[in-house]
Amino acid sequence: MSAEERLRTTYREAMREAIRDALRRDPRVFVMGEDVGRYGGCYAVTRGLLEEFGPERIRDTPLSESAFVGAGIGAALGGMRPIVEIMTVNFSLLALDQIVNNAATLLHMSGGQLNVPLVIRMTTGAGRQLAAQHSHSLEGWYAHVPGLRIVAPATLEDARGMLWTALEDPDPVLVFEHGTLYGMEGELAADAGPVDIDRAAIRRPGRDLSLVTYGGTLGKSLDAAALLASEGIEAEVLDLRTLRPLDSATLLESVTRTHRAVVVDEGWRSGSLSAEISARIMEGAFYELDAPVARVCSAEVPMPYARHLEEAALPQVARIAEAARAVVGVRG
Amino acid sequence: MTAGSAAPRPPPDAAHAAALLREMLRIRRFEEKCAELYSAARIRGFLHLYIGEEAVAVGVMQALGPEDAVVATYREHGHALARGVPAGPILAEMYGKLEGCSRGRGGSMHLFSAKQRFYGGNAIVGGGLPVAVGLALADAMQRQPRVTACFFGEGAVAEGEFHESMNLAALWSLPVLFCCENNLYAMGTALALSESESDLCLKAASYGMPAWPVDGMDVLAVEEAARRAALAVRSGGGPVFLELRTYRFRAHSMFDPQLYREKAEVEAWKQRDPIPALEAALREQGLLGDAELARLEAEIGEEIAGAVAFAEAGTLEPVSELERFVYSERRGA
Repeated sequence: MSAEERLRTTYREAMREAIRDALRRDPRVFVMGEDVGRYGGCYAVTRGLLEEFGPERIRDTPLSESAFVGAGIGAALGGMRPIVEIMTVNFSLLALDQIVNNAATLLHMSGGQLNVPLVIRMTTGAGRQLAAQHSHSLEGWYAHVPGLRIVAPATLEDARGMLWTALEDPDPVLVFEHGTLYGMEGELAADAGPVDIDRAAIRRPGRDLSLVTYGGTLGKSLDAAALLASEGIEAEVLDLRTLRPLDSATLLESVTRTHRAVVVDEGWRSGSLSAEISARIMEGAFYELDAPVARVCSAEVPMPYARHLEEAALPQVARIAEAARAVVGVRG
Repeated sequence: MTAGSAAPRPPPDAAHAAALLREMLRIRRFEEKCAELYSAARIRGFLHLYIGEEAVAVGVMQALGPEDAVVATYREHGHALARGVPAGPILAEMYGKLEGCSRGRGGSMHLFSAKQRFYGGNAIVGGGLPVAVGLALADAMQRQPRVTACFFGEGAVAEGEFHESMNLAALWSLPVLFCCENNLYAMGTALALSESESDLCLKAASYGMPAWPVDGMDVLAVEEAARRAALAVRSGGGPVFLELRTYRFRAHSMFDPQLYREKAEVEAWKQRDPIPALEAALREQGLLGDAELARLEAEIGEEIAGAVAFAEAGTLEPVSELERFVYSERRGA
């Protein structure tokens, strides 16, 4: 195949291809989680892998989040490279003890003796009318915890490329996949492979303000930037990609160029990742700012079911554009 | 499998029985010193003593080889010593010194030693069980005939992680030796006050694994049960659950006035102290005399004095290293 050859694919297929590739490349890799095998994965990411790799490496687990996440930690300590799938971030709360008290702490508590090379994938976010126990964006909570790496692939390249890099990392990496992205279609280089999991990326350059976002709100931010461009406002769109450790350098460089920032995050605003980003801009680029940092977050309610209420609760293109106009001093 | 089916116990091999006595005494004397050092404020944080329960760790460790793994709790000084982690680095850990077995980052509750496959030192009740299941899963997937011994108190039986882990280990037939140290109290709450069904073996058996109670005050009984269980586990028979019936002679930690149990109960259990019991048995059979015992005590005293000197002479990690070991210093597998 030529390096330029591009294939039509989806985020779901790119993620599956990344898992398949990892299973082929490294015999230590295996997949474990609820309905990852016979059912084919709650979001069909792992469909077909059981047939290809067998039940030893594609392991259906009982509904025991704490046990199978902890088993992932133990297996990682024991020389394997597990990919643990949790159906949704809300369910990961049942494994919080293992993630926060073990995965994140073992290296430190053991004085550097025991690293945990574990990858945990989970779905996050709203937009599918799944109500308050399947729709939250809690990745910001995990991004609070030293010892964890948190990544949020928002493009086909990252869906295809982040997993292998995460598996090569000696420490636990949590991969947050926004539920609305699985069906996202596009073109991907036929030879797409591993990508870094350290740096933020400028997805659209612009001079007037920085839209700082990640995951499920990247697309909305790009749409808002296109809308703003038609009004003569050039918004730069920064995809954080990695939520911990945050790539402050790229963030501050962007804001230093544009002098204005709007943080777009599907998490709630109180005590949040968006608050952290805003604080970092204030700490690192205060004198570069021409306007206070603005935020577009989810309404502070448990996510409602009704479509119109859910839409109203979530960051939307119109709200992002409105916030952008306000920071550049243009009234909508 | 039941305790009743065990073969009659052969008389203890003199050298081996003496080794068991030595191990229990090491733990006892080491912890007595820890209590003293705690009162002298050389050790801080929480300190949970194992005194009274030594037969459990010492007996079970006899069934393990260096290739096996151990997961323990926050009351794990005895397990670490019995597993072969040297006393000096254990004590230095409690001193918060760089020479500690966890570089002073864990303290009494978080002793680790990769060399001995000693995986802590887990201070969340029940939190070690899923990890033990995972270590066993790794061994099973790599076709290694190893055992992971997982120690936990009977208080852990109330945690969801216990049930999830028992089920998963049995479902996947994983080589875990579940060692439930039933000392009757979860901190201050008696078993009968926290469990609707207080027969722990019945609970374990409901997951489809062999489970039997063992007199945890008799080191020979513990060793025998552990050997039998480990053999079954190692040969691919799936997990086994041992309920090791024991008793903590001291307070839960150094801050416990022990309002929840009668002094008479403590005294009654002390009559079953595993160390004098084994001493007496050995004396009775002419396998141990005053001279041997005095020599044993002297050797252990010397070891502990050496550990104290090691800890005292230890250094403090420079504060500039505070943020090390949050992420690995070398990336790329």
